[in-house]
Amino acid sequence: MAQLTLGKALNAGLRQAMRDDDRVVLLGEDIGTLGGVFRITDGLLEEFGAQRVIDTPLAESGIIGTSVGLAFRGYRPVVEIQFDGFIYPAFDQIVSQVAKLHYRTQGSVKMPITIRVPWAGGIGAAEHHSESPEAYFVHTAGLRVVAVSDPQDAYRCLRQAIASDDPVLFFEPKRLYHHKGEVDLASPLADAPPLGLAKVVRRGADATVIAYGAMVRTALDAAEAAEDEGISLEVIDLRSLSPVDYETVNASVRRTGRVVVAHEASREAGVGAEIIAGITEFCFEYLESAPLRVTGHDIPYPPAKLEKFHLPDLDRILDAVDRVLDRPSSISGVKGAQL
Amino acid sequence: MSPITDAERDLELTERMIAPDGVRIPNPQLDGYVRGIDFPTLRDLHRDMVVLRRIDAEGVALQRQGQLGLWAPCNGQEAAQIGTARALDPQDFVFPSYRETGLMYVRGAQPGDYVRMWRGEEGAAYDPAALRIAPLQIIIGAQTLHAVGYALGIRHEGADEVAVTYFGDGATSQGDVNEAMVFASSFRAPVVFVCQNNHWAISEPVGLQSPFPLAGRAPGFGIPSLRVDGNDVLACLAAMRWALEHARSGKGPAYLEAVTYRMGPHTTADDPKRYRDDAELEKWRRLDPIARLEAHLRAAGELPQDHLDAVQAQADETARDMRAACLGMVTRPALTVFDRVYAEPHSGLERERAEYAAYLSTFEEA
Repeated sequence: MAQLTLGKALNAGLRQAMRDDDRVVLLGEDIGTLGGVFRITDGLLEEFGAQRVIDTPLAESGIIGTSVGLAFRGYRPVVEIQFDGFIYPAFDQIVSQVAKLHYRTQGSVKMPITIRVPWAGGIGAAEHHSESPEAYFVHTAGLRVVAVSDPQDAYRCLRQAIASDDPVLFFEPKRLYHHKGEVDLASPLADAPPLGLAKVVRRGADATVIAYGAMVRTALDAAEAAEDEGISLEVIDLRSLSPVDYETVNASVRRTGRVVVAHEASREAGVGAEIIAGITEFCFEYLESAPLRVTGHDIPYPPAKLEKFHLPDLDRILDAVDRVLDRPSSISGVKGAQL
Repeated sequence: MSPITDAERDLELTERMIAPDGVRIPNPQLDGYVRGIDFPTLRDLHRDMVVLRRIDAEGVALQRQGQLGLWAPCNGQEAAQIGTARALDPQDFVFPSYRETGLMYVRGAQPGDYVRMWRGEEGAAYDPAALRIAPLQIIIGAQTLHAVGYALGIRHEGADEVAVTYFGDGATSQGDVNEAMVFASSFRAPVVFVCQNNHWAISEPVGLQSPFPLAGRAPGFGIPSLRVDGNDVLACLAAMRWALEHARSGKGPAYLEAVTYRMGPHTTADDPKRYRDDAELEKWRRLDPIARLEAHLRAAGELPQDHLDAVQAQADETARDMRAACLGMVTRPALTVFDRVYAEPHSGLERERAEYAAYLSTFEEA
């Protein structure tokens, strides 16, 4: 076991994947000599050379489009999109090409492309550097969407994403790049839980809080605070946004009967809406109250000094917990869901 | 290369080897690339163009008869397609747009391959590995980047191959095409860009994409280019040989602009009478690529009737096979719409498939 930051764990995961398979090639802006703006690819150019760690021109569609061509040739490209808000110029290549080629060709062309996205807010960044675009990709058939929240998962899931024959959008919470945790670098990948499963990260009985990415930490903090008030919260790290592991989600909801979904992305047609629709469909008779979402607002991502008003925090999660428990909120005074 | 200010001179500013009246013109730049081309080979090129025109006409007919949802005609572009495609080596891999019917023919497409996508039976018309052609691309210019990525792989391996991409004049306005040229140039990728300038992007004339010759853009990216008469099959063959040789020898990308004309509509869904006049069409009719090669062969006494008869028979047979393959297609069962969305199991999709299967089974039991 090693104590690693989430960023270092990702670096270790990339290094191991490249050692395991020489068809793995990295593409992105500033990923070579600089090691990426977050240093996630640090040292890889030295070990693997410029043919496998490719510093690209500054063109996101170009990066994804050339990765499609490399995949045609049998490579397994791992792309770094420098910041979440820069992924939109590559949107067509991702949703029209990467996502569809396997289907269009009846499986004869595979697109094992991993698209790494330093993602979401909370670091006081400039405009377009803190966005949460995951719902666009969850909505697109043919893509898998993964969001990690701890170093061990980051290390394993990245290797699993690269090994997958499907394209994977791999969201890395920037806010947690320096978050440390135990990482088992030695255990075989085959022993790890498969990509696509959710994880119960805290057991509880009164309500289920479902989160992913950096919001998992916030949800755990909320659960700790709730315990002081005698409320027992179960926290689920969704890990995979496509597919969603409804087995784990449903098992929890059937025990607690009450649900809060928390994410940074805006609310409308977001992942939270999808999760709650699924829960309502599968677990309706177990629900004691209407499930609630705690999300970013339906606004453009605000300037850094205002992002604390946009991002769900511990108090907003606890407020929603009070409401799903039919307790008058100690903050808003609102009881239950309100139109 | 100077800007074209007079559209009438557009075609004059191209490399040419056979004049519109069929007379062979010396071309010091390209003659060396066709030294081995004898009259039987020219007759083969003639056969290819005639068969392609017949395939294209059959595609239009099948669409008009309701058998295809859409067809993108290439009538008029036979020389640009056959000439460039016949220059390829078997191992070269091509990333086409949706109009490259001639490329498919040259690479050995089966009769059903021409229509499978347009009929709506499958997303891709053929097995890409078998023809060494990526699936037809509808998104304008997206495939140019795929060719560059593929070429990066070739370069990485030091393989004796070239990636080739075809696109139209309209595509040159797309960001992807320009990004493809940046990447190709920066990495010296062994890729050939083939722009078929057919003068119209649906209803938009090429002058709206660029008031300058499109081949003039490539040198700005550090990519050598040639502007060739796209209705001269010999010049297209020679120029493509030059481009492929350049890319294959490690010098990086090359760019061809084949100046030609789309005689029919953009697709069977539009009406060119609404956006272009008869005089322009008539001008290009006189530049017909098949008639031009026939004139050349006839003047040399190398166009015997038995060749013409054999070519016509082959064209008719190909069209017959294509029609039979089209009409004989069997639509796959309902649940196959879920197949191959993912390479590996996806629990959400499997649940959806099961739901739909259960729904369908209620009809089977009834």
